[in-house]
Amino acid sequence: MNARSFLINGLIAGLLGGLIAFVVAIGVGEPAIDDAIALEESAAAPAETEAHSHAEGEEEGHTHSHGDEEEGGITRGQQAGPGLATATGLIGVILGGLVGIAAAFAAGRFGRLSPVATTALVAGAGFVAVVLVPWLKYPPNPPAVGSGDTIGERTALYFGFLAISVLAVLAAVIIARQVLASRSAWTATAVAGAVYLAVVGIATLVMAPIDEVPDSFPANTLFEFRVGSLLTQASLWLVLGVVLTGLVHRAWTREAADVARREAAAAL
Amino acid sequence: MSQLNPTAPATVAPVSIPVRELAPWALFAALLAVVVTYFVGAEQGAFSLISGSDVHEWVHDGRHLLGFPCH
Repeated sequence: MNARSFLINGLIAGLLGGLIAFVVAIGVGEPAIDDAIALEESAAAPAETEAHSHAEGEEEGHTHSHGDEEEGGITRGQQAGPGLATATGLIGVILGGLVGIAAAFAAGRFGRLSPVATTALVAGAGFVAVVLVPWLKYPPNPPAVGSGDTIGERTALYFGFLAISVLAVLAAVIIARQVLASRSAWTATAVAGAVYLAVVGIATLVMAPIDEVPDSFPANTLFEFRVGSLLTQASLWLVLGVVLTGLVHRAWTREAADVARREAAAAL
Repeated sequence: MSQLNPTAPATVAPVSIPVRELAPWALFAALLAVVVTYFVGAEQGAFSLISGSDVHEWVHDGRHLLGFPCH
């Protein structure tokens, strides 16, 4: 097993994850997006009749429209079909590549764990650090929520928190490996968990909250959207992790058999 | 014969891949990830390299559902 095989396996696993996430998103994410867009358009309708000339919709946060009425624009069908598939597919492939490379780094560097176990560990930690914890701090919002004026600030906070979360995992792993040199694996694991939680906990308390959900926005639609978003990303990571672990297992079993065969031949 | 065809990986110690060998792959994957994440997650939102809103509109639903700030 080398860097190349880990990367290729990761890209394959990520593409599959992205495709499954696309299907899951259609089922659990799109209904809430459609509901939210319907709300957004019914709220924007009165404003548009009195100021019908605004070509780009520059007023009060409504900085873009959703296909339909825009000339030469992208339709809702395209957004919810090929557009969505493009996004989940690309993100799936790129996450798969990153997890594959991270698994290549991890292989053989976690005590006596096999490359199969370390790969599963990397995928699990990746989901927690990249999806779950950022989702808790800065939960995603459906259309009609969020002011166009704060998009810069919100983007900076989101990616900043994501970076802190990922760096916290790296720090936790580095510290745990130090601990493992003199203490048990249990202690090392507990220290890693504590380090990660401490870092993201402090970041959560220190970093500004984002609260832009209008009072009139239906709570059920918001909840449905956020759960749909989490399930979409969870399905991507689950398929990515399971497929990559399976591919690494296959490669590892072959390599182990080769090594054993050579040793047996040498012993003759 | 059974010795010639063992399948138990547990007998082989896991060997780590040298960092020197991994670094270029990691660098390339990371750079590509930044570019792709930028276009799916932020182009024509907080930043805009390409004028118009077609990139934003095309990945709109994915951007929302994958947790990126949108609008």
